[in-house]
Amino acid sequence: MTERIEITLRVNGEPHRIAVEPRRTLADALREDCGLTGTHLGCEHGVCGACTVLLDNRPVRSCLMFAVQAEGTPIRTVEGLARDGRLHPLQQAFWDHHGLQCGFCTPGFLMLAVGVLEANPEIGAAELREALSSNLCRCTGYQNILKAVRAAAADMSAWPKSGDR
Amino acid sequence: MAEIGRSVRRLEDRPLLTGEGRFAADLTAPGMLHMRLVRSAVACGRLVGVAAETARRHPGAAAVWTAAEVATIPPIDFRLTPVAGLEPYRQPVLAASRVRYVGEPIAAVFAGDAYLAEDIAELVEPQIETTPACLDPLAPPTAFEPGFSSEAAVIRKSYGDIEAAFARADAVVALDLAVARHSGVPLETRGALAVPDEASGILRLYGAAKVPHYNRAALARMLGLPLDKIHLHEGHVGGGFGIRGELYPEDVLACAAALRLRRPIKWVEDRHEHLMAANQSRGQMHRIRAAIDRRGFILGLDDEFWLDQGGYIRTHGVTVSDLTAAMLPGPYVIPAYRCVGHVRLTNKTPAGTYRAPGRFESSFVRERLLDAIAARLGLDPVAVRRVNLIPAAALPFQRDFSAIGTELVYDTGDYAALLDKTMAKAGWSELRRSVAARREKGELVGLGLGFFVEKSGLGPFEDARIALDRDGTIEVVTGAASIGQGVETAIAQICADGLGAALDSIRVVHGQTDRIARGFGAFASRVTVMTGSAVTLAADQLRRRLLVRAGEMMQAAPDRLTIVEGRVVVAAAPAGPSLDFAALARGTDEDLAEEARFAIDHMTYPYGVHIAQLRIERDSCNIVVERFFVGYDIGRAVNPMLVEGQIVGGVAQGIGGSLLEEFVWDDAGQPLAVTFADYLMPTMAEMPPVEVALFEDAPTPLNPLGVKGAGEGGINAVGAAIAAAVDDALGRPGAIRRLPITPRALHAILAESTGATPVGDTEIAVR
Repeated sequence: MTERIEITLRVNGEPHRIAVEPRRTLADALREDCGLTGTHLGCEHGVCGACTVLLDNRPVRSCLMFAVQAEGTPIRTVEGLARDGRLHPLQQAFWDHHGLQCGFCTPGFLMLAVGVLEANPEIGAAELREALSSNLCRCTGYQNILKAVRAAAADMSAWPKSGDR
Repeated sequence: MAEIGRSVRRLEDRPLLTGEGRFAADLTAPGMLHMRLVRSAVACGRLVGVAAETARRHPGAAAVWTAAEVATIPPIDFRLTPVAGLEPYRQPVLAASRVRYVGEPIAAVFAGDAYLAEDIAELVEPQIETTPACLDPLAPPTAFEPGFSSEAAVIRKSYGDIEAAFARADAVVALDLAVARHSGVPLETRGALAVPDEASGILRLYGAAKVPHYNRAALARMLGLPLDKIHLHEGHVGGGFGIRGELYPEDVLACAAALRLRRPIKWVEDRHEHLMAANQSRGQMHRIRAAIDRRGFILGLDDEFWLDQGGYIRTHGVTVSDLTAAMLPGPYVIPAYRCVGHVRLTNKTPAGTYRAPGRFESSFVRERLLDAIAARLGLDPVAVRRVNLIPAAALPFQRDFSAIGTELVYDTGDYAALLDKTMAKAGWSELRRSVAARREKGELVGLGLGFFVEKSGLGPFEDARIALDRDGTIEVVTGAASIGQGVETAIAQICADGLGAALDSIRVVHGQTDRIARGFGAFASRVTVMTGSAVTLAADQLRRRLLVRAGEMMQAAPDRLTIVEGRVVVAAAPAGPSLDFAALARGTDEDLAEEARFAIDHMTYPYGVHIAQLRIERDSCNIVVERFFVGYDIGRAVNPMLVEGQIVGGVAQGIGGSLLEEFVWDDAGQPLAVTFADYLMPTMAEMPPVEVALFEDAPTPLNPLGVKGAGEGGINAVGAAIAAAVDDALGRPGAIRRLPITPRALHAILAESTGATPVGDTEIAVR
């Protein structure tokens, strides 16, 4: 399993030319090969969602796919959210509403929420709760995460859609 | 503006929001090796050898260690609550002759790549002669080692004449109760990066948490290093909850290998390992009896409990048992008390502390008993509590025994008043009515309540150093640790008020052993109390000194000056001439810094009420918690938003421990909950709205701020309140005797005959 394959990952609009074993997970490739350690690993079996990134603008568990499978598909990570030093509305709302404590699950929750709200800005309360129950947080009890995401939903329309960025 | 009491946004959030956090797994060092542990696959057996030659011959293997390579390293010692004779139960860093739980480290593999290290670890073959596993802490004790019983310790606490209390009782209520094993399970697994520096000879361990100073000293002792040749550094920490930051075998191995292989060593635990190797907690079985009079007043309380300690006794010693026995009487008078706790070794993952250790369990036990007394006498459960609560006039109230080495004295409080206020805030009467009306219509819906006393602010002391830099900013160096609870913000708020500085000019340093000589760390809800108080003292000293210097520069008497938002002004004319901190610092060659120590012998005791409303879905036996209320008096809230965050997070963990979370083993001692598909933690879908009412009616005189710790009150009585609510929903007092209340457990209860059920194992001895 040690033969490496050269691939290019397009992350937050930037190409990353890397050589990885076929078995390398997308999460490990982002963290170790692209140097983007904002994507966290909490379980490596697809339950906790700390590794959530957007693949073609849809939330995926980056621990559950191989890096080689992501070639050619735009990837967005937490590092791509803020623009020119300005926090993304979701980041701002998490800060304002104390939606994080230790902050380990935060990048995964942010990317999940970005994906959910971009796909459906008018999402209903029950559906939003259901979607956000995809990820685990051990500190906050979720109350402030939900508050933050609801608050950000209103501000998202003013923020440029990120697309392939 | 006063910063204490304001819900300011956290100073530490920005890097955590932008992906710039630096957690243990995010750190690298040039030339580093990755460590992978080979762990026991059996629960109990004789380790006759380790076949490691194939692994050692692998071209990618930098080293493969077994017990032989670490023979000079002693077992891991106790940090807290040791009792004489526990030494034989300590865990070696690698198993030498026996394995005692699935997951126990047997060998360590070092390689240049994490995937490769895992490959090579699979080539190591431990040879184990399996022996039958002991999994039941209630089974008769066996030999842990020749001459050492598997009952490592028996904790006894008592006062008053217990025999006389039972002799004159109108009735005796007895219950068997259990809390299964669950644990903190922080979302970040454990991790470490040990970096040797050839030039200075200093070994640095990154990824420290909770108690960096203690662990530094312990590692120095174990590795034979002078204290100045090792430093620990805390980066971002992905949740602690009691389990992270204790000294584990893996930390010692990483440091030892860094020294011997002269390479940085990185170790990151995977979740599978975490769920069988990191400290677990709870796991208690209680047999409790109360001697009561006709009003439900408890004349005497007699409890015997068994703690499922697992394969070794780790750093906590007998802390959990000690606290269980000390805190069981809780807010009630209880004139006579006897508690006997058995610490029993089993072939499971070793147990330690988890948020509100000994109190989640004892509150469940005590409050179940109060409910059983009410049911026995046909009284209202709240009324029975009122009869037993320690009256406000009786505080300070001392129990005649110690709690983790301190005298147990409830410092301040008005328990009955908090009960009234919380019930009013929750709208208890209206809740009762609406629940009753829904039950009339056939719903299984119920209300439950639990009262508890917490402990916080464990000494012995903390230091703080506050310095004014030449750019006008303030640095606060503490011996505290941050496990994600908002230490930087809370400490900065305290410093800002003490000094008159602007909040955003303050930086708080924590968890760095090379910045301050001493520090006790983040546990026992102690940081705001201990470090906060030390910062208050240091800030006061520095403020007075700054006023003297400013007085010289401004040609004014210091007592006529004051400091507002980082500017020294004339108190009577704040809009007049002023001197800002930067000018003040540049105007002198003096080192404008002050240090202070806050020391205390006694803990301070916050107290609270939990109320749960839930419904049972009859077909699935699923329990839906609909609402949850917490009333908590912490004397003074430095940042109410952060306190509420602590409480709501604690409630979530309490709901997990009450309904979902359980470590389970099969008959051979194989752990069955080693993924998040099996070890279930609450998601957003399981969480009710949590309403928190903070009270500041009973500040403590024990520290200059009046604060009590807030970190553990959210979880404390969740099990108690939920169990009571399930009983209420079922209309069967005493139905719930064990946590967690899984759908399977509830199904069994529902399947029992619906005839009149006695309360627990009640025996009635009417005089």
